[in-house]
Amino acid sequence: MRRYFARKLLVYALTFVVAVTVNWMIPRFMPGDPVSAMVARARVSQPEAAEAMRSYYNNLFGFDEPLWQQYLHFWGALLQGDFGISIFVFPTPVGDVLLDALPYTLGLMIPAVLLSWFVGNWIGALSARRKVLDNTVLPAGYLLTAMPYMWIAVILAWALGAKAGWFPISGGYSLDIQPGWSAAFVLDALHHWVLPFLSLFLVALGGWAIGMRNMIIYELESDYASYLSALGAPQRLIRRYAFRNAVLPQVTGLALQLGVLVAGALVTEIVFAYPGLGSLILAAIQNQDFFLLQGAFLFIVIGVLIANFLIDIVYVVVDPRTRTGMAGGTS
Amino acid sequence: MSTLPDPAPEAPSAETPVAKPGRESLHYAVRNPKLIIGASLVAILLAAGVVGPMLLDNGNPNEYVGPQASAPDGTYWLGTTTFGQDVYAQFVHGLRATFLVGVVGGAIAAVIAMLVGFLAGYRGGVTDEILNMLTNVVLVIPALAVLLIINAYMGVRSVAVQGLFIGLTSWPWAARAIRAQTFSLRTREFVDLARLSGSGTWRIVFREIAPNMSSYLFMMFILLFGGSILIASSLDFIGLGPTEGVSLGLMLQSAQQWSALQLGMWWWFVPPGAGITAIVGALYVANVGLDEVFNPKLRES
Repeated sequence: MRRYFARKLLVYALTFVVAVTVNWMIPRFMPGDPVSAMVARARVSQPEAAEAMRSYYNNLFGFDEPLWQQYLHFWGALLQGDFGISIFVFPTPVGDVLLDALPYTLGLMIPAVLLSWFVGNWIGALSARRKVLDNTVLPAGYLLTAMPYMWIAVILAWALGAKAGWFPISGGYSLDIQPGWSAAFVLDALHHWVLPFLSLFLVALGGWAIGMRNMIIYELESDYASYLSALGAPQRLIRRYAFRNAVLPQVTGLALQLGVLVAGALVTEIVFAYPGLGSLILAAIQNQDFFLLQGAFLFIVIGVLIANFLIDIVYVVVDPRTRTGMAGGTS
Repeated sequence: MSTLPDPAPEAPSAETPVAKPGRESLHYAVRNPKLIIGASLVAILLAAGVVGPMLLDNGNPNEYVGPQASAPDGTYWLGTTTFGQDVYAQFVHGLRATFLVGVVGGAIAAVIAMLVGFLAGYRGGVTDEILNMLTNVVLVIPALAVLLIINAYMGVRSVAVQGLFIGLTSWPWAARAIRAQTFSLRTREFVDLARLSGSGTWRIVFREIAPNMSSYLFMMFILLFGGSILIASSLDFIGLGPTEGVSLGLMLQSAQQWSALQLGMWWWFVPPGAGITAIVGALYVANVGLDEVFNPKLRES
């Protein structure tokens, strides 16, 4: 078990280093000069002013130092929690801007990821043994999996929001309510939360249901299942074993899917103008706010790494083989 | 296993026995409803994307041709946008871009996945350790986030470049799957025989191992193809799509941007999303059909 965690931690540490390095490299080695772009965007007419801006940005990015020093400084600042200053909401540090958006994204992601996983596995396991259910779950599952996140979001917003008028279709709360812990605000925020949550939940649901169904059928056809039924074991017991075995790949799948789910949450937020990281990233791109974009990227990577680590811990609980050190080393 | 790059890594079951491609497969292929329905749907949409734009007199799908914001009718089959652009013209042009990005992204990802997967699985040892570490690192970094920042800095936005970047970031799960398959094949007798006769690594991989999992590789390519289409549509939607021409994702983006939702112009945002869903869904269904064709265990009656 110690070996298992040591390997996982090594991969996570390495991933973090790679992510930070990519983040540092891109503005420096990509074709195109972000500083010129920003100066041009500001439309300063006087050359002196443009020069002042240029040197300000060069200093801010640290482009006036040797490369290795820039790299070390980047790490130093990062470890102190300094992500630079946002251009889009000018004097605010990027870290603060991101922290404001984070609760909305997490409030959307965590329930959507966990509930779609539980419900999807449950439906999948049920449909593996009922032909009628199977014939509806399978096509519906494939349809949902093939849908782009933003499209299902747009359709839901149109049907349940614009047409039926049940839910608001944009924003995280009504503009006339002050964010805070008042009952009115919480209810209002929940009301705005339903549609984005539903669209994330539905798209992810189909995949889990199909995965679970396939795994259960596969397990029920395996040797141990036939052996158990030859011994006369009750069908319920066999199903319970099959379920336990089928759930393991689904836990691994959850870890594999995290990066993708983050992407889904980002585009969903954009459809609903939900005030989370996704909307911030869109604003950062539109305003060429590279600090904000890079900060958001690191936030996402850190989030995915933490979530993966939690799933690794769950895996140890679910799979006894990892505890005894028999497996888990290879992946 | 939900959308984007990783549609059910275990969808082609790991136990897929080696099938002899050829007559027997063909026999089952033409009798498999899932494969036929899926493949025909893909073929129809592909034909619409290839032939459709040629049948239009107007080469530029973004031109303002018709009345503004009109619902579908005889002249404009799918209606027009707020600016009077023909939605049908955009749709068929968009299909073309979608297939292109799927092929480019899927092919590049498949090649990288094969190189990494074969090498790691066949060589084992330190090579495997290093490649596995690399795969895991890329797997954990969210591809869309990387694509976002690269796209934002590069500024070069064509369908081909988009496909290239998608290919470079979406290979890890496939490499892992190929590695596992290679692992189980490399201890078989015919591989030992080839090794004893002095063949080199790549010769054994491409002569002995790859042909024996060709069906598996083909199914993997289909999944990567579908995944590329979904990622590309997300990028387009965020505003990082091709700057020239049109794609299904860009159509969705402009519909969203110009409040087609609030205006009730469903004909603007339903076709592009339905197009993507239909292509990707048909690919998945065809893939399940293929799995049944190649894998006798899955065939019912």
